[in-house]
Amino acid sequence: MALTFKDETFRDDFTFSNSPAAIRRFPFPFVEDKYMYSVNIEPHTTGPEGSVFEFPFDIDEHYVSEMRDRAMVLQEDPARCQALPHMMMAQWDMLELVMMSMARDYPDLFTLTRDGSKWHWVNRPLKIEQTFTFGDASTLPYEPMEYIGRQVQGDFSIQDQRDNQLWMDAGIITSQADWSLDFDVGMNFFEWHGPVPLAHEAGVFERALKFLLNLQISNPVRRLNWTMTINPRLDTSPENYHKWGKDRTTVTPENVGQKVHLRVEMQGLFRLPRSNAILFSIRGYLLSLDQLVTVPKWGRRLHRVLKTLPEELIGYKGLSRYRDTTIEWLSKYDDGAPTSRGGGPD
Amino acid sequence: MTISTLKSRPTYPGLSPDHNARSNIIVCDKAGAEAVTELFSRADDTFAKRSTVIVAEGTTDQDAETLKTALAPATVGFQPSLETGIARLREFLKDAPMGLRLYAAGSEPLIGSVVQAAADYSIDHLSIRTEHRGSLKRRVQCVHCKGFTENVTTNPVTCSHCGLTLMVRDHYSRRLAAFQGVCIDAEVPGEVPETEALYQ
Repeated sequence: MALTFKDETFRDDFTFSNSPAAIRRFPFPFVEDKYMYSVNIEPHTTGPEGSVFEFPFDIDEHYVSEMRDRAMVLQEDPARCQALPHMMMAQWDMLELVMMSMARDYPDLFTLTRDGSKWHWVNRPLKIEQTFTFGDASTLPYEPMEYIGRQVQGDFSIQDQRDNQLWMDAGIITSQADWSLDFDVGMNFFEWHGPVPLAHEAGVFERALKFLLNLQISNPVRRLNWTMTINPRLDTSPENYHKWGKDRTTVTPENVGQKVHLRVEMQGLFRLPRSNAILFSIRGYLLSLDQLVTVPKWGRRLHRVLKTLPEELIGYKGLSRYRDTTIEWLSKYDDGAPTSRGGGPD
Repeated sequence: MTISTLKSRPTYPGLSPDHNARSNIIVCDKAGAEAVTELFSRADDTFAKRSTVIVAEGTTDQDAETLKTALAPATVGFQPSLETGIARLREFLKDAPMGLRLYAAGSEPLIGSVVQAAADYSIDHLSIRTEHRGSLKRRVQCVHCKGFTENVTTNPVTCSHCGLTLMVRDHYSRRLAAFQGVCIDAEVPGEVPETEALYQ
């Protein structure tokens, strides 16, 4: 797929939008007309050509602009990228996995040449060329996780595995759905999920942890998660909540379609070979409701999902102030017709 | 009151003597000292002798004498504040031999500070025996400006650094030894619920 990178913003004037092709490949997360947490993990295997699942790390038309937004966030708040000292091996693991994948899957855009530990990396869209020694962080302008993290879409955290637990001991997180890496770094799997309602009681995290502790090299897995965001803002961090929180009060019946966005995270989990850590990718996709309802099935289904969402999730996902307005607006697109199974467009 | 369903919220099971340890370091405040006295009464005779107690809170001379008597024959050191108490603890841990057991008793900021300092010396948090006593006050980190507000007894609370009104979440970071404070009126500035004295 030949990519044309859009020049757009995720703050201030919010010029972000999806092309018709990007709408078609949007990973709509609802497989039925209602939603509840589950351990919805599946193998992260090669998906259909052109889909967001085609490659381990999906690069799309928003790549260049997203990387520019990430650089702005890191400039303002360097603590969005942190790694505890024992994570250096895992950082190199991540760099290797991401560079190898991107060069293999997008040869027109990225090239990696390796001669022993002498590596040469070319990133054409961002106009970066770098020769470095694999394993020697002093040969890169940033530590390895930050170096490659500034060149790949999605947030990343790296989990160390010890004592039958996963510990979030590193991450580069600039477009998070309201959680703080700076606060959570060093926590275990149950601790950093502490604030999530209902799922603990349902045993979701215990089952998921047990599964992930046994994750094998070369067999990555993925799941979809979702929330809603007002304006196509990537940086919905708690750090800046006092700046963007008031966006939630700006939704009116007239502007729902432009303001309200469905935000989907394709979360990938990869076992790393040297460190035995787990790389967690959180690849976000935004879609305005105006664009979402161009797929009739999605308009119908989102209307039904929002209507039946449990109260705790409405609060946790921060939908309370604009959910009713959104449901009312979506009702115009729900004629009551049955919807097909699965998330894809009909 | 310190019980919460949130998984990042620490639990404090109470002090129990480890008779296998060759030496003990016990950090407490005045309220926690009562738990230490009770610990000694449950342990064998030589346990207190093998113990060093750091009282990390200002005391009057009279209080100090009373505590020394109550905690005898342990070695008792008095520090004027939590901060200096932790500095003293770090000196001990720097030269700590094998077979040392660490205890903390008192307010949550005290226990959290002990656990935080111990992590720098590779002491696992679960190996530290802890008991909560006295005030429910909390240490809160503002997620926005990253400043710490000490001795928080209310929810919401005003950040002592940036002045935002913060909701105190039960979400707790061991690394920071603090609860998370998040702006409570970010969506509608000024829309603040009544202040509750939840952590007296």
